[in-house]
Amino acid sequence: MALLEVTNIHAYYGNIHALKGISLKVEEGEIVTLIGGNGAGKSTTLRSICGLMKPRQGSITLRGEDLMPYKANQLVSRGIAMVPEGRGVFAKLSVTENLELGAFHRSDTDGIVKDIDYAFTLFPRLGERRHQLAGTMSGGEQQMLAIARALMARPTVLLMDEPSMGLAPVLVETIFDTIGQVNKEGTTILLVEQNAHIALQVAHRGYVIQTGEIILSDTAQALRRDPTVQKAYLGID
Amino acid sequence: MTTNWKPIIRMGLLAGIITLYMAVVGMLESFSEREVIRDFVTLGQIMLVFASITAGYLATRRLSDAQNPLRLLVSGAIVGLMSSLPLLVLVLLASQLELRDILVNVTRDLIRILTFDQESLLTGGLMLLLVFTAAGTVGALIRSISPRLRQSLIFGVAWVLGIGILSELVQQILQQVFDRDALRVVFIRDALKPEAALAIFVIAAVLDYLWLSQGKVLRSRLTPTAPGPQRNLRYGGFALLALLLLVLPWLVGTATSDVLTSVGLYILMGLGLNIAVGLAGLLDLGYVTNFAVGAYVMGVLTSTGPLGIDAKTGLAIFNFWLVLPVSLIVAMFTGLILAVPVLRMRGDYLAIATLGFGEIIRLLAISDWLKPVIGGAQGILFIPKPEFLGVRLLPQAEIFPLILNDPQQIYYVILAACLFAIFVSTRLNNSRTGRQWMAIREDEDVAAAMGINTAKAKLLAFTLSAATGGLAGGIFASKLGTIFPNSFSLLVSVNVLSLIIIGGMGSIPGIVIGAFVLIGLPEILREFDQFRLLLYGALLIVMMLARPEGLWPSAIHRREMHQTEDDSKPIAEPPRDATVVVAGD
Ligand SMILES: Nc1ncnc2c1ncn2[C@@H]1O[C@H](COP(=O)(O)OP(=O)(O)O)[C@@H](O)[C@H]1O
Ligand SMILES: [Mg+2]
Repeated sequence: MALLEVTNIHAYYGNIHALKGISLKVEEGEIVTLIGGNGAGKSTTLRSICGLMKPRQGSITLRGEDLMPYKANQLVSRGIAMVPEGRGVFAKLSVTENLELGAFHRSDTDGIVKDIDYAFTLFPRLGERRHQLAGTMSGGEQQMLAIARALMARPTVLLMDEPSMGLAPVLVETIFDTIGQVNKEGTTILLVEQNAHIALQVAHRGYVIQTGEIILSDTAQALRRDPTVQKAYLGID
Repeated sequence: MTTNWKPIIRMGLLAGIITLYMAVVGMLESFSEREVIRDFVTLGQIMLVFASITAGYLATRRLSDAQNPLRLLVSGAIVGLMSSLPLLVLVLLASQLELRDILVNVTRDLIRILTFDQESLLTGGLMLLLVFTAAGTVGALIRSISPRLRQSLIFGVAWVLGIGILSELVQQILQQVFDRDALRVVFIRDALKPEAALAIFVIAAVLDYLWLSQGKVLRSRLTPTAPGPQRNLRYGGFALLALLLLVLPWLVGTATSDVLTSVGLYILMGLGLNIAVGLAGLLDLGYVTNFAVGAYVMGVLTSTGPLGIDAKTGLAIFNFWLVLPVSLIVAMFTGLILAVPVLRMRGDYLAIATLGFGEIIRLLAISDWLKPVIGGAQGILFIPKPEFLGVRLLPQAEIFPLILNDPQQIYYVILAACLFAIFVSTRLNNSRTGRQWMAIREDEDVAAAMGINTAKAKLLAFTLSAATGGLAGGIFASKLGTIFPNSFSLLVSVNVLSLIIIGGMGSIPGIVIGAFVLIGLPEILREFDQFRLLLYGALLIVMMLARPEGLWPSAIHRREMHQTEDDSKPIAEPPRDATVVVAGD
């Protein structure tokens, strides 16, 4: 039994059939990436897993426990944390206050303080700006904050929605180095990306999604060599 | 260097059009009846030149550091000249055509005001032109004086205008301490004496100037640095404020106390709506619903008329104090019930849905269907005033039931309710609940992904907001003694929302100031009343352009504005490298 198992989920926006039977598995300690073009259904898959929308069919389990009956806020304490698309930091709160909200469901004050310190060692830039309002930071810093905030929930599985979006290539490298580091320290990650190139470098395994369906799944290494992936997602002819 | 005349001309014309507008809607004329300084200047005259002075000041903004004072003055004069043109056209047209057929407010009196009582059109027009040119030049002159002196002068003028416009009220207050003869030194009827005005101006300006130049030394000498005495100072301040709040109705007299109670009810509603809109970000356009529910509960349960529970069942057990919590609770439940269906709506959808609720409640109140219960269009009459519980309970006190029937006493009921609401909402806002609301206001999905139960937090905000509205409604019914469906129109919701926006979203002092400006001022200056909505509109537009955070912004808003000004702007990221990714599909 895998840590996170998504089996045959169907999700709709009104009449739009956005997910047509998505299945994927994430094992403990892995980074799994879900790559696909714009509008393929990547965000919808993540939103379904973290409870922001309810698939009409299919099942989602974490360590065998059915997650479908729970709402997004109830899933946080069950180990699902999310770095939303477009970062979603609380612009009018300071860096520290954002991090505190990430630990909203926790009540261990000492642990929270310790984790904030840890976040600042992981992202020294955030430590320097701990009192700055999140909305006044650069895109890269906001992305770091969004990741740090999600980690504050001490998740079993960390869901990330396009962390490279809108960032300069140098910054993308930095962010993905940190993602690798977070994973090595024991957090399992499901990473959604349009930037297949960088995602397949850091991930162990990958799935390719197209118009709401998984069309390929393999190890990251194999996917990098796959002709379809190369042509459609890596820009190699 | 050549001057760019285009913005200067544009600014002048804009000021002229604003003044023209005020003239045509009748504001100038009706404000001309209020003298600010006896036989010297009326509110109308101030309004007449105000836009031109401001325009002269604003248009010379870019010239201020120029070395050439002549150019500054010429620019100001041109602004003023331009601003007279629209009014000149009006005067000319009015002399040739019967403008009153279209513009009812263009009366002979108005034209007389605009031509400064001159007989001939030519001299009148010239006067107009000269006065406006002078006004623009004055604006430019204000620009040319040093900032510190400028501030002191403006401060002095503001005091004169403030006291002059509010003469009646100021006299009413001063009467408590001074006798009438002493007041006559300063005031003649409802206006300032010219020499008194001059004195006030000099005193205010000099004091302000001294404060600006010497204030720092003085302040550091006056403010204790040790934490103990500092705390005492703060408590002293609170005590003083409390004392002022307690004696206020006796200071201002019965008539103004009545205004105070209206303002107080709007503060109470503002505090309530602020929980939904300011704290949780839920745009509720149907706030009047809660107010109406509270009022009708009070009416039905306490009325001694044919609709009251007394007449229907013979159970005369309800009084104001017993029913007030009932009003609150019923409004709370109504709020809860109405919140459930709109819980999933956001932003504009929520606003439209709540707008609908507000109208439904008014239509229900006016309907024949509910007429046997709540009286339809005739409303509910004979709602008794609050009595002091306890006084009535003692049998021998029957001879002296202390009935709170004048506004000076109702004031205390409202004051207590406001303090209660302030206490509850600040406590909540500084708690975990406040955090949840803040997160929901920013981004509901992300808030949910942080583990916040958004449904519960939103329901809480709606119910508390509704409860406060119900409380206000209950007091309102008892204060007025009669309620009609017309008292519960959309306008109530609009007023409450406007005062929150103008005061500063989410800020409690802002709500108080907003209520005084929007509700109190038009009641004290009766001329304002007919232009109330016009002023709201103008004020809202100006606020959104010039000071979107409100008159007294909340700490969070202020912090935000402050930071974006001081700190380095966020560094824009270059767009993602396109060669790395070629999108599929
Ligand atoms: N709020 C929405 N309402 C309607 N359709 C939506 C909504 N969000 C996404 N969709 C549609 O669902 C599909 C999948 O979208 P999404 O999961 O956001 O794609 P991705 O994240 O891969 O770019 C797209 O066709 C998109 O147009
Ligand atoms: Mg997406």
